Amino acid sequence: MPDKEKKQGTNISRRNFLKGVGTGTVAATVAPSVLISNEKTADAQMGDAVASATIQLNINEKSYQVEVEARTTLLTVLRDGMDTGGNNIDLTGAKLICDRGECGGCTVMVDGKSVYACMMLAIDAQGKQITTVEGLADGDDLHPVQEAFIQHDALMCGFCTPGFVVSSAALLNENAKPTLEEIKVGLSGNTCRCGTYPFIFDAVKTASQKM
Amino acid sequence: MEKFSYVNATSLEQVTSLLSESGWGEVMLIAGGTDLLAELKEYIEAPKTLVNLKTLPGMDSIEADASGLKIGALATVTDIAMHPTIQHHYTVLAQAAVSVATPQIRNVGTLGGNLCQRPRCWYYRDESTNCLKKGGDTCYAVDGLSKYHAILGGDPVYIVHPSDLAPALIALGASVKIVGPEGEKNMSLEEFFTLPAANPFRENVLEPNEIVVEVSVPAPKSNTRSFYLKAREKGAPDFALASVAGVFAMNGKTCETASIVLGGVAPAPWRSKEAEAALTGKMINESVSQQAGSDAVKDAQPLNDNAYKVTLTQNLVSRAAMMAAS
Repeated sequence: MPDKEKKQGTNISRRNFLKGVGTGTVAATVAPSVLISNEKTADAQMGDAVASATIQLNINEKSYQVEVEARTTLLTVLRDGMDTGGNNIDLTGAKLICDRGECGGCTVMVDGKSVYACMMLAIDAQGKQITTVEGLADGDDLHPVQEAFIQHDALMCGFCTPGFVVSSAALLNENAKPTLEEIKVGLSGNTCRCGTYPFIFDAVKTASQKM
Repeated sequence: MEKFSYVNATSLEQVTSLLSESGWGEVMLIAGGTDLLAELKEYIEAPKTLVNLKTLPGMDSIEADASGLKIGALATVTDIAMHPTIQHHYTVLAQAAVSVATPQIRNVGTLGGNLCQRPRCWYYRDESTNCLKKGGDTCYAVDGLSKYHAILGGDPVYIVHPSDLAPALIALGASVKIVGPEGEKNMSLEEFFTLPAANPFRENVLEPNEIVVEVSVPAPKSNTRSFYLKAREKGAPDFALASVAGVFAMNGKTCETASIVLGGVAPAPWRSKEAEAALTGKMINESVSQQAGSDAVKDAQPLNDNAYKVTLTQNLVSRAAMMAAS
C-alpha cells in the first residue's frame, strides 16, 4: 500500500510542487512542461488533451479556481486541494476511507444528487453545483437532517456520519416523505461499521417530518 | 493512478479516430467512471489518454413510444430505474436497474458503462496477478478460490459478467447500436457479448475503435409479465451471486413465450434456451417451473467453491416462472 501511495502522487499542483521542491535545479527542469499544460483549461480546449488544467469548481455556492491533474479526484481537491490564490480548500467533511466507491464516507451532492467524490474526477465536476456536508447548514442553523442526527444520537464513532448526512439530505431532496424501505434503499450506498443504522433511519424519518 | 491526459469528446468521429490511433488500453473512454477509476487505482489499466464522453450531446436521452425504447449510452442507471414507462412496461429492466450497486453509483454510472464494465474476479482485479484474462496463461479460479465464479460457459476463463442491465435487456430482445470509423452498425445485444472460448481477453465483440451509442428495446406485448430476481450474499448492495431476467407472454397461467437470461453465473449473460423450452406453451405449475429450473442448470460445471450457485440459479428460475403464473 505505501508503494501505491507513492505512485499515486496525490494532488500535486504546480504551486504545491514548486513550494515543496528544495532545489532550483529540479524546479527548472520540471516546471516548463507543467507550465505549458497549465495554460490550457479543459473548458477552453474542447477536443485537446490536457494532463492538467485550471478549473472552476462551485462548492457550497462559492467559486474556487484550482489547478488539478487530470487524474485528481474531486475528493482530493475538497480535502487536500489549494486554490490558485494559495488558500487551502480544507473541506474535510467528506472522508477518504475505501477510495473505491463502496463505503460512502466521501458522499457529496453534485447537482443535488449523491455521488462518491472518490470516484469522480475533479475535472468532471466543472460546471456542477457541489454540496458538501459543510454546505448543508445555513450559518448557525443546522440542516433538518443534522438536527435529527443529534436528536436521535444517530452516530457512534462519527466517521461515516458526514456521508450519511449528505446521502440523507439527497434522499429527502428526491423523496420528501420516504418510507422506511425507501430510506434503507436511499442510504444503501453508505456503510456504518458501528451499526447505528436504526438510529440513522429514525433520524431521516424525523427530518422528513420537519422538512 | 498513473498520470493520463484528458480530452473532452466533441463528436463520435473524433472519438473513434482517437481510439483508432492505438490498440486496447492506451486511449480509454470515461463516462461515469465508477468502474474505470477503480481499474486505474488498482493499476489494472494505465491509459495514456481518457476521452470524456459526457460532452457528447444527446446521448443521454431515453425515448419511449409505441414501438419501443431507445436509450442513449450515456443515460444513467438512475435515469433508467426512475423512468415511468420503463417501470410500467419494461419492469424487468427497471428492477434490474434499481438492483445495480448503490444510489451514488447509479447516479453517475451509465448504460454504456454498465454493459462494457470489466469483470469483478479477484484475480483479474489484483494488480500483481497476471491471469489468463490479462494475457497470462492461467485462470487461477480453476484451482484457486472460486466462490464467485462461473458455473456455465467458463472454459477457459471463469469470470462472471457483472452486468444486471444486460440480462434484462437481452430478455427483452434488445439490440445495440455501435459506431466505429466506418460508421454505425446494429446487432442483437445477445450477440454483442462473447464467451472466453472465442476471446479470453474481452467480454464483448467491440473492436478497439468502436463505441456503444444506443440500445433499442422492442415494446413488449400487452400480456407480458417480467421480473428480475437477483441473489446477493447479504441484503447490502452487491453484484449478483446469480440473477434471472425473465420475460413471459402469459395467457392466464399458460406461458405463450418465455425469455430467460441468467446473470452472475457465466462470462456473458446466459440465455437459457433449456428453461425457455421447458416453459413455452405450458400451463405453469410447480412441477413445470421446477423442471425449467433444473433444465436451466443441467449443463452447469461448478468449480471447487461455487456449487451453491447451481441450486441458487435453479431456484431463481423456478421462482420467476411461478411469479409469471401468479
